[in-house]
Amino acid sequence: MNTGTATQASQGSHENWAALLELATREVFELMLSCPLTAPATGDESSQNVTAMVGLAGQLCGVLSVRCSGQAAALMTSKMLGVALDKVGPEVADALGEVCNMVAGNFKNKIAGLAEGCMLSPPTVITGSDYSLRSQPDSTALEVRLLFEGLLIVISLQVHS
Amino acid sequence: MPIRALIVDDSSVMRKIVERSLAQAGIEMSQVFQAGNGAEALAVLKENRVDLILCDINMPVMDGLEFIKQLPGVENAKNVPVVMITTEGSEAQVVQALSRGASGYIRKPFTPEQVKEQVIPVLTGKL
Repeated sequence: MNTGTATQASQGSHENWAALLELATREVFELMLSCPLTAPATGDESSQNVTAMVGLAGQLCGVLSVRCSGQAAALMTSKMLGVALDKVGPEVADALGEVCNMVAGNFKNKIAGLAEGCMLSPPTVITGSDYSLRSQPDSTALEVRLLFEGLLIVISLQVHS
Repeated sequence: MPIRALIVDDSSVMRKIVERSLAQAGIEMSQVFQAGNGAEALAVLKENRVDLILCDINMPVMDGLEFIKQLPGVENAKNVPVVMITTEGSEAQVVQALSRGASGYIRKPFTPEQVKEQVIPVLTGKL
């Protein structure tokens, strides 16, 4: 369902990229987890302690991350594998990394020119919340907040100009 | 007739999803081999004959494009259809994969129906 309107990569303002990022995320959850996401009015960020990150290089440079609670990451794994939540084991990091990778790939494929001109790094997954991510001073940050089965997930894109 | 499938992806979660999608597509499998990269897949094919290969493109050690480039020299992979499954949507990669002998191409995220649409025709042509 990679049907987003193609947007030019050179579009300087990135004005509709947040909408494309949200669409890309929703498609991944609907297709791979059979689980539609909802938009939160507010969300509890205190338990957000698992982060998956994928680097982008080429025509678009930056970092895309998916941040959520351990509970949300385990539930994603359960739905991706089709197993009961209590049967989920160490594959949680792999599953969240794949979600991040698919969101990044689906997002860039919606922007004309990026499918060819932008490469993705393998995903990295961090557990814990006591860290800070420093980007280049000229970077632009986009953030999309959605609810997955009532649990907050935050998708961020840091774009280096 | 049940088939023997080889699933190549550096994510063990994705390998399980692909296996489940094949089952949901109604494809009976007598044996499923898994490999984390192209080099591991070649090692599997040294010892085992398969009927279908599903392969990611971006993998460490040996990526999917290099793997399918080496398949013509592998006895157990002769006339075995290969369907690429990848996050990358690059037209150049699709063309390269097809020119190296891939029979189909599935882009992640995907549904079991999309897997069925790609896999059934290549299996029907072979079995």
